[in-house]
Amino acid sequence: MELYKESAIAIKEKIKNREISAIKVTEYFLDRIKKIDPKINSFISVFESDALSCAEKIDSEIKSGKNSGELAGLPIAIKDNICVRGQPTTCASKILENYIAPYNATVIEKLNVAGAIIIGKTNMDEFAMGSSTENSSFKITKNPWNIDYIPGGSSGGSAACISAGLVPLSIGSDTGGSIRQPASCCGVVGFKPTYGRVSRFGLVAFASSLDQIGPFAKNVEDCALLLKTISGYDSYDSTSVNCSVPDYLSEIKKDIKGIKIGLPEEYFISGIDSEVEKAVLDAVEILKSCGAEIKKISLPHTEYAVAVYYIIASSEASANLARYDGVKYGYRHNAE
Amino acid sequence: MITKKDVEYVANLARLKLSEEEKEKFTKQLGTILDYMDKLKKLNTENVKPTSHVLELKNVWREDELKPCFYSDNLLENAPEKEADFFKVKKVIE
Repeated sequence: MELYKESAIAIKEKIKNREISAIKVTEYFLDRIKKIDPKINSFISVFESDALSCAEKIDSEIKSGKNSGELAGLPIAIKDNICVRGQPTTCASKILENYIAPYNATVIEKLNVAGAIIIGKTNMDEFAMGSSTENSSFKITKNPWNIDYIPGGSSGGSAACISAGLVPLSIGSDTGGSIRQPASCCGVVGFKPTYGRVSRFGLVAFASSLDQIGPFAKNVEDCALLLKTISGYDSYDSTSVNCSVPDYLSEIKKDIKGIKIGLPEEYFISGIDSEVEKAVLDAVEILKSCGAEIKKISLPHTEYAVAVYYIIASSEASANLARYDGVKYGYRHNAE
Repeated sequence: MITKKDVEYVANLARLKLSEEEKEKFTKQLGTILDYMDKLKKLNTENVKPTSHVLELKNVWREDELKPCFYSDNLLENAPEKEADFFKVKKVIE
C-alpha cells in the first residue's frame, strides 16, 4: 500500500519497529508535496532541510533505544498562525510576510517532545478571518477532490494537505468553525477541542474568547492521538484549564450503549440542505444501532448564536489586530 | 445607523484609505453587524448574571518570581527599524 494511504498510527508503528526510517517517510511526503502541492497550494512554506535533520535525529534516537515520543517520525503540517521558532509565521498576511517567530507555541513544544516532524506551514484565510481560504494574501488553496472547489476555511491548507495525502497529520485553529468546516469540505476528520483544553500560547489571536487549536487527520483514531499530544494545562495560557487529559485513543474503543445523544429541533428547520440532513440522520441511525439513545431536545437560544458570534468575534479581532501598527514587527509604511 | 461619515472616521483612525465604492460597501456591511445588536436587545436578560467568561476561571495568579525567558536573544530582530536596543519610530509629537 502507498504510504499516503496508511494511517498515521500505522506509519508511526512502522517507524518505531524500524520497518521504515523517519528519513524515508519524511522524504516520501516532501516528494509528494513537491509533486502535488503546486496544484493544491496548501503550503505557504516547507522546511525541507530542517525536517530532514529532525528525522535523522529521530532515527538515531530510535536506533539507540531512546524513547522518542508518541508521534516519533511523523511529519506534521502547521497552520501559519501558530508560531514555530526561527520560521516565518505569516498568518497568510502581507503584514507579517517577513515575521520570524522568536518562540515556539506550546503545541509546537509538545509536538517536538512527541517526536513529530514539523514539515511546513499551511495556507489560511488572512488572520483566520474567512471560511474559504480565498482571503489569503499569498495563494488560493484548492479542494483536492475537485480543484474548482474551495477547501473551506480558515484552516483550508491544513485540511487540504491531509485530504491530498501530502502529510499524515496537521494542526489548525477554530474560532467559528475554521477546523470543522474545512474538514467537512475536504472529507477529513477535524476536531475543535472544548475551549481551554489546548493552550493558545503561540497562536496568533483572532478572538481570544473563542480561538482553539485542534487536530486534522484522515481518521478518528489518528485525530484522537494528535489531540492527546497537544492537549493539557499550560501555565503560559491563563485561559487553559487545569484538568487531566483523558487517553482519547482508549476512550474511543469504549461501548456507547446507553449514551444519550440530543438532536436539537432548532438545527433541523426549513432551509437545511437535504443532503446534509440525510448525512446527519444516517449517522444518527449508526449511533442508534451501537446502542446510543437518541432524544429530541430544544436549544431555544440557537437563533441568537450568529448575532452573538459576530459581535464578540469582531470586537475581539479589533482589539487583537490593533498590535499590527508596524512598531515592533510587521509591515511599516514610511509615509512622508 | 452607521453613516458614511462614521466609516470615514473609523478608516482615518485605522489609517486606511478607502475608495468611494468601498465606503458604500462597508457602510452597509458595518450596518449589518449593528443589526445583530438590535436582535439581541429584544431579549430580556434582567435575571441573567453577566458572563465574563465561559469557564469558571478567576484571578489566575502566580508568584512574582523571575522565570527563565525562552524567547530569542534578540527580540528586536523583527523590528522594521531599530537603534541600539530600541525600536525606532517616526516622531509623532511636535
